[in-house]
Amino acid sequence: MLKNIKFLVAGSLFGIVLVKSQVISWFRIQEMFHLQAFHMYGVIGSAIITAMLSILIIKRFELKSINKEAILIPDKKFHWGNVYGGLIFGLGWAITGACPGPIFAQIGSGFPVAIITLLSAIAGTWAYGLLRDELPH
Amino acid sequence: MIIDLIKQPWPWYVAGPLIGLIVPLLLLLGNKSLGISSSLRHICAACIPAGIPFFNYNWRKESWNLFFALGICAGGFIATNWLSVPGPVTINPATTTLLQQQGVHDFTGLLPHDLFSFSKLLTLRGFIFIVIGGFLVGFGTRYAGGCTSGHSIMGIASLQWPSLVATCCFMAGGFVMTWFILPYLIRL
Repeated sequence: MLKNIKFLVAGSLFGIVLVKSQVISWFRIQEMFHLQAFHMYGVIGSAIITAMLSILIIKRFELKSINKEAILIPDKKFHWGNVYGGLIFGLGWAITGACPGPIFAQIGSGFPVAIITLLSAIAGTWAYGLLRDELPH
Repeated sequence: MIIDLIKQPWPWYVAGPLIGLIVPLLLLLGNKSLGISSSLRHICAACIPAGIPFFNYNWRKESWNLFFALGICAGGFIATNWLSVPGPVTINPATTTLLQQQGVHDFTGLLPHDLFSFSKLLTLRGFIFIVIGGFLVGFGTRYAGGCTSGHSIMGIASLQWPSLVATCCFMAGGFVMTWFILPYLIRL
């Protein structure tokens, strides 16, 4: 429990930035997919570059976690779900204007209806678990 | 005053790098890879496993992810109530005009109330935007093995090509929906 408090704090920082950059706004997502603003591309692009440089520094200097563990980033293996699932998520992203992180941030921001979005997303995840063996991967 | 500056919306070149720094923060705090859609799987495993093998694992070992998700909620509350001035989101006027033509009328907040509110939930349009949309997000992210944070940020930043493929597909799905389907859904 106590060791998880630090992740609660990290999540709070993440949530604050998601709201302050307005990436949890349905309007911003519309603007992005209509190619009418650079904002979202700038946020995601500069986040990727910052994360990439940080990982390079961690690897270069062999930094350890605060538990003195070597930092380990598991490899992601390609499967066709990356494509089919990715397309399906894209459809949902443009409808709801939210990926999973922003759904949580919307709830905290005073949009209780996003609780229904979250429950539907949980149902979607559950349906995937149920149908997993039938789906192409 | 600095607090007045913080209360304004943050430009992309401030927000983006701060989001990127969450990646090393989680790695250094506990060797955790950024990812949020996994929390939905853990919730299924904890609450409704129903004997499905995909949900049969020790979700308690991944409980950090649930605390992280709860933190995002808390951060949303903090930012909205104490670090913001209320008002509409300033988007490109061309987008506003387009959405108005398609039938969106409320531009006062982060989300349009004419699509996202409890009173609209039982209309066909509200049901599609809230329930069907949410379902596609949950189903699609798990099928793809991650979302914008896990694939697009963490995955691409750690040079994993499957994450780049997934991100291209996220964008492709979003463009198809926005350009070819959404105009009809908004008119419902």
